[in-house]
Amino acid sequence: MTATAIRSDPLGLLLTRITGDHKHAPSAYSTLDVLWVLYDRILRVSPGTADEPDRDRFLLSKGHGPAAYYAVLAAKGFIPEEWLDDLGSSTSHLGHHPDRVLIPGVEIGTGSLGHGLGLAVGTAMGLRAQGYDEAHTFVLLGDAELDEGSNHEAIAYAAATGLPLTAIVIDNRSATHGRPGGIASHFVGWTVSSVDGHDRDALEVALRPDVRPRRPHVVIATVAPKGH
Amino acid sequence: MRETFVATTTALLQEDPRTALVLADISAAAFAPALRRHPDRVINVGIREQLMTGVAGGLALTGMRPYVHSYAPFVVDRAYEQIKLDLGHQDAGAVLVSIGASYDASAEGYTHQSPGDVALLDTLEGWTVHVPGHPDEVPDLLRAAARHDDRVYVRLSTQQNRHAYPGVDLKVIRRGPVGGAVVLAVGPMLDAVLATGLDVTVAYTNTPRPLDTARLRELVTAEIVVVEPYLEGTSSRIVSAALSAVPHRELHLGVGRAEQRRYGSPADHARWHGLDPAGLRASISAFTSRD
Repeated sequence: MTATAIRSDPLGLLLTRITGDHKHAPSAYSTLDVLWVLYDRILRVSPGTADEPDRDRFLLSKGHGPAAYYAVLAAKGFIPEEWLDDLGSSTSHLGHHPDRVLIPGVEIGTGSLGHGLGLAVGTAMGLRAQGYDEAHTFVLLGDAELDEGSNHEAIAYAAATGLPLTAIVIDNRSATHGRPGGIASHFVGWTVSSVDGHDRDALEVALRPDVRPRRPHVVIATVAPKGH
Repeated sequence: MRETFVATTTALLQEDPRTALVLADISAAAFAPALRRHPDRVINVGIREQLMTGVAGGLALTGMRPYVHSYAPFVVDRAYEQIKLDLGHQDAGAVLVSIGASYDASAEGYTHQSPGDVALLDTLEGWTVHVPGHPDEVPDLLRAAARHDDRVYVRLSTQQNRHAYPGVDLKVIRRGPVGGAVVLAVGPMLDAVLATGLDVTVAYTNTPRPLDTARLRELVTAEIVVVEPYLEGTSSRIVSAALSAVPHRELHLGVGRAEQRRYGSPADHARWHGLDPAGLRASISAFTSRD
């Protein structure tokens, strides 16, 4: 998606209100369409149900470059649009990495890589143990983030126990040593969808949990390589 | 203490549907009956300690109360960033329960020892730390932790005192001369302190965090000796702050920083670290005699 296209979109206008995080801008745009599809078409959560115990959970593990996340939260009414104009100041709610304690609707505070998938496994197990069978857990990661060993612990365990959760990996080929065999080959025992990370209709099909067996599923969303 | 932990936690799982247990293979066989009864709430993730704490954070975020158990070096040292971020930064709680305190695993070597566990948790906010000195102190500590959502560490040991002292307050076990030294023994160090035979006031706590500093201020008028079963000096910052308005001298005894590259028994390690009665007597006598 070009910068012009982003700015002509109402969501893009919200995104461009967020300033001061130029370093992470590419990663912000890479997640925009996935986040919009999730919040607009998939997740059973709204500002009014953000504290309901049986809501769907979305966990942003890729906590760096959260501009798109903030823009989507503002567009859906979780946070005031004005918050977007003040990023990382002494009085702002929004930092360069999100803090769940400061931002309504944000499920986990992240920034250090490799924490979201483990928390998602525990979240999915907690929902299942309490009988919230309709509630589904989603977690979004970056492809380089898969280098963290903690993710491998979670990937193997979720497969072995058939845990119902959906991981989304944004693939902008940012892993230093690449990923021999492709990202999908590292999710042994998971069902896999590979889609264009900017094709909103294809993302919606891949992300719908109600049309699949209740097992771990990974959606690999390919976007332009980092730096291009 | 380990058996008491298994029995109490198994009962808690039965009584309170909010309770969950997360294991990484350690003690899994002992919890097999609980696992059969509560397959959704007794979770053995295999040998994955980072995941163990991440899972606990996720469970807590959905409103459950996770107990997390392994050897101290695996549940605390290995997963330190998970403890910091998946629990503390999320404003989520859990009950970490360790075995293998300090040199309990003396014959296993340093890989299975964690004298620094309490010092590591001291770098983080809001941890209550229980160091029971007797198995009979364990059930109440575990049960109390089920009734809230705070962060709790229960440090179980194979070292124990002859008598249990229930409750979490700082207690005077033996009165010494007025104005003399107060020796505060933490958890299983009490019997070794009593066995020194020194004529000092001996106090005891099984809950060094938060330390009962109000009681400490009442007791200490001139000299305080802290004897802890983990890294020497772990409590010095807290004791110094508590007694900042009292002219006093301090001595902190505990497990030394130097790795003991020897196996042997826990009693051997206690002696090498100067934590046996003879070693304690020598250190405390040298500190209190001003000649």
